[in-house]
Order: sequence, then C-alpha cells, then structure tokens
Amino acid sequence: MTAAVAPAPLKAKKRPGDRIFSGASVTAGSLILVILAAVALFLIAESIPALTASPDQVETGSFWTYVGPLVFGTIWAAAIALLLAMPVAIGIALFISHYAPRRIAQFLGYLVDLLAAVPSVVFGLWGIKVLAPFVLPSYNWIADNLGWIPLFAGPVSGTGRTILTVALVLAVMILPIVTAICREVFLQAPRLHEEAALALGATRWEMVQMAVLPFGRPGMISAAMLGLGRALGETMAVAMVLSPSVIISFVLLQSQNPTTIAANIALNFPEANGIGVNVLLATGLVLFIITFAVNAIARGVINRRKAFSGAN
Amino acid sequence: MTAVTSAPGLTTGRLPRFSTWGVLGVSWAIAGAVFLLLFIAGSMGEFSMVGTIFFGTALYVVAISTLSSIVEGGRQAKDRLMTALVTSAFVLALLPLVSLLWTTVSSGIGDLSLTFFSSSMRNVVGEGGGALHAITGTLLITGAATVMSVPIGIFTAIYLVEYGRGRLAKAITFLVDVMTGIPSIVAGLFAFAFFALILNQPGIRFGFGGAVALTVLMLPTVVRSCEEMLKLVPNELREASYALGVPKWLTVTKVVLPTSIAGITTGVMLAIARVIGETAPLLIIAGFTQSMNYNLFSERMMTLPVFVYTQYANPGSDPQINLDRAWAGALTLILIVMALNLIARLIARVFAPKLAR
Repeated sequence: MTAAVAPAPLKAKKRPGDRIFSGASVTAGSLILVILAAVALFLIAESIPALTASPDQVETGSFWTYVGPLVFGTIWAAAIALLLAMPVAIGIALFISHYAPRRIAQFLGYLVDLLAAVPSVVFGLWGIKVLAPFVLPSYNWIADNLGWIPLFAGPVSGTGRTILTVALVLAVMILPIVTAICREVFLQAPRLHEEAALALGATRWEMVQMAVLPFGRPGMISAAMLGLGRALGETMAVAMVLSPSVIISFVLLQSQNPTTIAANIALNFPEANGIGVNVLLATGLVLFIITFAVNAIARGVINRRKAFSGAN
Repeated sequence: MTAVTSAPGLTTGRLPRFSTWGVLGVSWAIAGAVFLLLFIAGSMGEFSMVGTIFFGTALYVVAISTLSSIVEGGRQAKDRLMTALVTSAFVLALLPLVSLLWTTVSSGIGDLSLTFFSSSMRNVVGEGGGALHAITGTLLITGAATVMSVPIGIFTAIYLVEYGRGRLAKAITFLVDVMTGIPSIVAGLFAFAFFALILNQPGIRFGFGGAVALTVLMLPTVVRSCEEMLKLVPNELREASYALGVPKWLTVTKVVLPTSIAGITTGVMLAIARVIGETAPLLIIAGFTQSMNYNLFSERMMTLPVFVYTQYANPGSDPQINLDRAWAGALTLILIVMALNLIARLIARVFAPKLAR
C-alpha cells in the first residue's frame, strides 16, 4: 500500500450471527425498561377508576383519606425497623470486615446471608408464634416503668401483636441487605489509611473511627435507604403479625396499630371486588412510587460513590 | 506485665490475654447464679437461659470496660467496649436465625409424613391431607418464571458487559438496581392489572400470572449476578479468540459463557431460592385452592408459601391441626431454599474456572 492511498478504515465483516446476537441482547436489555414502564403504566391504568371514584363508592369518602393512614403506618413501621436494625447491622458489618478472624469471616457472612434466604411467610409464622409471646413480658415491664413516655403508654396488647413486634421482625428481615452493603463499603476502606492509623498507635476502634467510618458514611446512608425500601414493601410478616386497624397512632405497645399498605392489600385483596380492587391497586401504586423513589435515591448515592472510590 | 516494669511511663498496664474469656465466663456465672436464686426463691417460673446470657453479656460489657479503664486507661477501655459491642451485635443477629430454624424444625418435623407429600387438601376436614398440590404449584410457577427470566436475564447481562455503551446501558444498570427493590406485592399487583386488562377478566386468578410476577422479581437478580460473572472473565480470553478471527457472537457463546457457566448457574439458583418463598404476589394473582391443578393457564393454583399462609390464616375447628400443617409447609419451604443455596454454593466452588495456574 503506497502512502498516497489513505488506508480504508478496517471494518469487521457483518455476519448474520453477529447481527442476530447483538440484536437479541439489545432487545433483552430494552425489555427490562419496557417491563418497568409496564409496571407503572398498568398500575396507573387500573388505579384511575379509584382516583376518580365518587365519594360514596369508597368506604372512607375519598381515596386519599383511605390511603393516608396506610402511608403513615407503612413509613412508621419501616422507620422503627430501620432504627432498630441500623446499629446492629453496622456492628455486624464491622465485625465481619475488621474484627473477625480473616479465615472464618466469609463463613460468618454466609450465616447472615442465610437470614435473607428465609421466606417471609416463615418469618411471619415465627413472629406470631415465637417472638410475640417472647417479648410480651418485656412490653409489660416497659409499659409499667416507662409508660410516662407517650410512645410506650399502656394498656399493653394482650397478644404482643403490636407495631413494635412487627418492627422487630422487619428489622431482622432487613439486617442481611443492610449488613451486606455496609460490609462491602467497609472492606473498600483504603488499606493505607487503616495501616497509617494503626502505625500512629491508634487502637482498633480509633482506627475504625478515623479511617473506616468516615469513608463508609455515604455507603451506610444508602444501605439504610435500601433497608428502608425493603421494610416499606414487606408484606406477609406484617400481615400475619399485626392486628391491624386503619388509624394514625404513634403508640407502640397497644392493641390498636396502624397497618401498612402492603399488608392491607394482602389481607383484603382475596375478598375485594368491583371498585375495591381498584382502590387496593391504587394503594399499591402509591407504595410503588414511594419505594421506587427511596431505592433510586439510594442507588444514586452508591453509584456516585463508586465513581471515585477507585482512586483510593 | 514485664513490659510495665522495664519501661515505666512509656507503656501502660495490659490485661492478661485470658481476661476477655475469663470476664465473660464470670459474668455469665454471676447472671446465672442470680437467675438460679430467683428460680429457687420462686419468683420466676423457670430458669431463664436467655436472661442469663443476655444479662451476663451486658454485665461483661460493663465489667471489661471498667477493668480495662482501671488497668489500661481510657482509650483501651473504649476499644474493648466497642469490640464487645460489635461482637455481641453479631451474636444478636444469629439469635433470631437459630430460634427460627429451631422452631421450624421442631414444630414441622412431626407432620412431615408420606401423606403430606402425596395428597392434596381436597375434601380434607380436620386431620390428614397434604401439600402435594402446593408443591406442584410452586414447582410449576417457579419453573415457568425461571424459563422466562433466565434467557432475558443472561442476554441483558451479555448486552451490559459485551455490547452496552452509553446512555442505554447506564439506564439499564441503574433501573436493574432499582428493580431489585420493587416490593413483591407490587409485582403481584402488576401481573394482576396486566392480565385483568389484557384478558378483560376483572377477577382473574391463574398460575401463569404468578410466574410473570415472579419473573419481574427474579430478573434483576439474574441480571446482576450474570453481569458480575461475565465481568470476571479475563479480557485476554476474548482477545485471544478475536485474534484467531472468531466472530464476536461465537466468542461470547463459545468462550465467555462456558468460562462463566458455573457462576451463572449459581446466580440463577440463588435467584430461584429468592423467589420460591414469595407469598404476597402469588396470593394476589395465583390465588389459593385445595385441589391439584397442573394447568398454568387456567384456574387458581396453590403454592407452598400461600399454603403455609392459608393454613395459618383460615384455621378449621381445631386450629392446632392447621398450624401443624403450616409449620410442616414452612419446614419443606426452608429445606428447599436451603438446598438450593447449598447446591448453588457447591457448584460455584467445584466448577469455578481455575484461572490461576
């Protein structure tokens, strides 16, 4: 080839196999987007009758007065669960990443992951048959001794099927995901920072405080939000353990408890008909929007972190 | 202890090595003694093992940090306090796991019999009957969900790893992550809304709808794990293949996929294990029944998690019989999930490509 002739750009031969294969993979990828869009669209389509229904068709007057207490209950239960789970999850993650002997750390991680493998209906059964009777004495003690705090005011529910029990079960259920993400972030903490801290004479906790926790803070926040997302959408454990009523109430130990959107759907859907089905679907849409927002924010934070954590 | 005498002023005292376990043992013994006294005095119905461990551990946390702050100084004391707290956080998380597994096994094992696996609940009042219809339904629905989600999932992963550049790939990665957080009940509602509108049957219940709901839940997990596995395949393998003139699609099917097949299998099995226990979506769209149903496309179909739930929620005249059946179903479910998890991890370990030589 002489210098005068510009070399033609190299081009791979277009084979039919290649075209079909890349076409199939692009289609599969786009299908994910289509499915997600379909979830939103079909839920909206089925919710419209409930949103536009005349007040006499919905039990409580309008859809929004119906869904209000449910939204409150959903967020309230999930928030308590997160509050209970977060310190324990951070502790476990630190234990596995920085305290446990290196050789058994991976095995211990599996053990915590096993919790995630337990089906939620089994958690529900366990919550009502084992946990609720087990915590009841301590509820009585709390109500007797701390009852002056409005949160713990009596009279204590006789069955232990209160929102606090639900939050305990939810906390156990979200532990694995929160732990897994915290563990990942803690393991990514820059080795050199840790060694520098230890070399300056820091104790192990001081090292964790100086090098690991500040590095892991965004990861911990998004782990918390992912856990919150899980807790918001958890259905069966709540439906089985809670003795529900549609109210807004902050007390933790009484027998009147606000229920959650998901549990309300699970309990009422099998018998619902007519406009009732649409109302339940519309509450499902509200739940979808809430969890989508929480998850999207959490993932956004994680992904932004990923972009510059490679520099360390 | 000798270090203290050799360089006074530079180092502080250290607690002896055995102090951690020693203090823990003493704390437990003290708490146990207190509870034993309470038991003997008659103010408690039975000797509380849980109370002993709990208060013993709490006592340990206080004791070790006090001891340490006297002998070793404030900083070491804080370190020991946090070590104790972090470790007990881990143990605390294992308690529900152990309690749950123990309860399920001990309450479920009694009702696991041949009848349980060989008969349905049709025309069963009171004792007898089994979960055959539920097990069949679970296998059919989960199988259909797997058949639908695995090809889409693998192709999406191939797209993300081998082809995806630019905005579409970024959007898919992000949305797959978000999709893992979709509440399972929303997936069930989606399947219901979809088929109720498409087939124009407002009260629709059938097995295939459950499979679609499970597919929505399974897809993101399959995509994520396959993506991770495909990324692990070293680029040298791909380049060697290209250098031999092999087209891209053959490189993927003959080089990349076989290398990562063990990991992909593991990922798929873990995804199955995740959705096989889903209750809420199946309660919504597959409904519940007492009879066998082999047809995914018509009539209600029972599944194992829903079986457990309905046995608990709709008790007959003697609730204990139903509760026993619920526990037996729960045990079966846990056994299936654990088996899937175990096999998946074994496959990952045994068939992992030996890259380092």
